[in-house]
Amino acid sequence: MGNLVKTFPIKHRDFIHAGKPSIEIKNLLKALNTPSEIIRRVAVCGYEGEMNVVMHARNGQIHLELSNTMIIVEITDTGPGIPDIDQAMQKGFSTALDEFREMGFGAGMGLPNMKKNADRFEISSTPGKGTTVRMEFATGGR
Amino acid sequence: MKVKDLIEQLDLVLAAGEAGLGQTISGGYSGDLLSDVMANATEHCVWLTVQAHQNIIAVAVLKEMAAIIITCGNKPDKATCDKADQEKIPLLLSERPAFDLAWDLARSDTD
Repeated sequence: MGNLVKTFPIKHRDFIHAGKPSIEIKNLLKALNTPSEIIRRVAVCGYEGEMNVVMHARNGQIHLELSNTMIIVEITDTGPGIPDIDQAMQKGFSTALDEFREMGFGAGMGLPNMKKNADRFEISSTPGKGTTVRMEFATGGR
Repeated sequence: MKVKDLIEQLDLVLAAGEAGLGQTISGGYSGDLLSDVMANATEHCVWLTVQAHQNIIAVAVLKEMAAIIITCGNKPDKATCDKADQEKIPLLLSERPAFDLAWDLARSDTD
């Protein structure tokens, strides 16, 4: 199988469509007979990444890439960036607004959840420009 | 236990997602922080939460839940119900708090 590449846009404060790209990715992986244990982890990472963009960034995208042995999910945004990544990676740290916390977001668990569920997790950020989170999932051949 | 049996047992009101009533439930999770639910809820569970906004549907779909019970008399809006119908996630309502519902559920024969 050749590489399959798909990109889904994410908009700031678009709670109406939030989660839809992750659901589409999940359905796509299911159709490709990806093991459900891997789909579950990709779903958690995709959703957390999407919500981060919806709440904190301006606009962004989820980029999905599939090869024979790997699933790559890369979430990039043009946003305020993260000044202190170590702090942002700590469980419980969040800069979410109260209005989002009331909806059950902003628990400070998003990035740690993503790191825990991905086989490889990389985050880079430039304050004032944006953030990129790249996650890899080994599929061991399909 | 099927979702439709749960409605009768816990005296719930079906708000949306009727197409999913035949789903089998295995286990449950109670939580109002969406990241906590994303991290810890299991497949085919019933999720008890006070959250009633439309983003709970995406969480339920991504975690392959059997149903959502919205507790403490909270009510979903039309957008949430429409999404539940679309995704076939039964949205069930109760005036009671999550602990009371979970207590009754755990004491019942769920085989």
